[in-house]
Amino acid sequence: MIKLEKVSKSFGSSVVLDNVSFEVQAGEVFVIVGPSGAGKSVTLKHMVRFMTPDDGDVFVDGVLISSAVGQELERVREKFGYLFQGGALIAWLTVMENVALPLREKTRMSDEEIRKKARHMLELVGLGEDGEKKPSEISGGMQKRAGLARAIVRNPEIVLYDEPTSGLDPVTARTIDALISRMNKELGITSVVVTHDLHSALSIGSRIAMLQDGKIVHISTPDEFIKSTNPGVRSFLEAQFITKQGVWERKSR
Amino acid sequence: MITREPEYFPPSSGLLGRVGRMILFYCRAVGQGTILLMHSIANLAHVFSPRSRRETIVQMYVYGIKSLGVITVVAVFTGMILALNTGIALREYNKEAHVGVAVLVSMLREMGPFMTGLILAACVGSAMAAQLGTMVVSEEIAALEIMSIDPVRFLVMPRLVAMSIMTPLLSFYTCVMGVVGGGVVAYCLLGVSWDVYIDNALRFGKVKDLYVGQLKAVIFGIIITIVSCYEGFAATHGAIGVGAATRKAVIVSFLTILVAGLLLTGLFYY
Repeated sequence: MIKLEKVSKSFGSSVVLDNVSFEVQAGEVFVIVGPSGAGKSVTLKHMVRFMTPDDGDVFVDGVLISSAVGQELERVREKFGYLFQGGALIAWLTVMENVALPLREKTRMSDEEIRKKARHMLELVGLGEDGEKKPSEISGGMQKRAGLARAIVRNPEIVLYDEPTSGLDPVTARTIDALISRMNKELGITSVVVTHDLHSALSIGSRIAMLQDGKIVHISTPDEFIKSTNPGVRSFLEAQFITKQGVWERKSR
Repeated sequence: MITREPEYFPPSSGLLGRVGRMILFYCRAVGQGTILLMHSIANLAHVFSPRSRRETIVQMYVYGIKSLGVITVVAVFTGMILALNTGIALREYNKEAHVGVAVLVSMLREMGPFMTGLILAACVGSAMAAQLGTMVVSEEIAALEIMSIDPVRFLVMPRLVAMSIMTPLLSFYTCVMGVVGGGVVAYCLLGVSWDVYIDNALRFGKVKDLYVGQLKAVIFGIIITIVSCYEGFAATHGAIGVGAATRKAVIVSFLTILVAGLLLTGLFYY
């Protein structure tokens, strides 16, 4: 569904992505993990052509998005929903208006239909009572959930999640994880999740890719990921107290 | 047009290299600003859609009506200063009765559109650049793009229409308030009655002064919108970048208004 072929990207002298190749299959939850600055968000931005690779190609359903422009780019982007790190809700619109925005701008639905659909999406993410509030009046977790409602309101085939659980308390983070799994199972949405939260990655991912220093060092299922002998993966797992048995273990200090 | 990719350039060597790069950046900014203007004009038909219509009216209120207070004060004092300076000079020739036309023509031709342009660049242009810059750094613009909503149609076009309508109206209002302020000085300090002041102003004032001034105001409104939106969209590096974009928007708007004002005056009166 999404295919990166030997993608490289540099900012000045700093190499951010170095020959990155992988494929995301339809219907899976593909999680990209790695330390901060490894190039996770940059990888995600290449999938919707917010960035263009210096070298290599990015395909979405066979279409070369890394060189698409105009209406072709718009057509490919319409397959996507995108949950930004901070939610990226339009500040002067209410939560309900934010969720309704893609429907108002890009469909011919009536006001009543738009309201009904937006309300349904807000209820799906547990914000049925908060539709009339402004983004500044709700918490960070609620903003992310509202962002998710907006991302899926036009029934996208693929949703990209940029650090969906960062900055959230563990309970809210697990709520977001549950929502991502639910979107995948109930609506059949293909998901690509960028995170450095391994607890989240292991619980929702169909496959996990480890990105380190701009390179993919490991791709596997969560079970294989825990047992990986790759030093980068092992140190990342151990830093979050995860052992080969998959049991959370707090090391004695 | 709107890129999320940071730009890196190798350090330029020597004075010539730095000047060359500055000229290239300036040319690029002019080119991209022109593209932004054309893109906004190409989307003008959407102004009649319910959402854009509502947004345009909101912008007209925010940028126009909310600027009335400061514009009134500046206009009245500008008129007073003009009347006092010209009145004192004219008094030496016993021609202080002609102060009305001096104030009216100055306000219509230059001071009305110019003062309005500068006030709007400072109040409205900075607000526009800050708002769009904040939207860029908080990824709201990227969110619009992924929803296939054109940020130029959604954000720039309503502002361009609102400013193109409100700037000439405010400029006319500035002229009226300036003439009133001048009249107060003429009456209180120069001993020129209201009847003589107004009669003299209307007898010698020309319609051409009015429409050239209004044309200038429309062009100043367009300059402020395009410069401010361009700088806002180009903001990078978080809060510091938004601050820099705001400062640059005001400075570039000021300078462009000055140059455009001179060119238009030359075009119509030289």
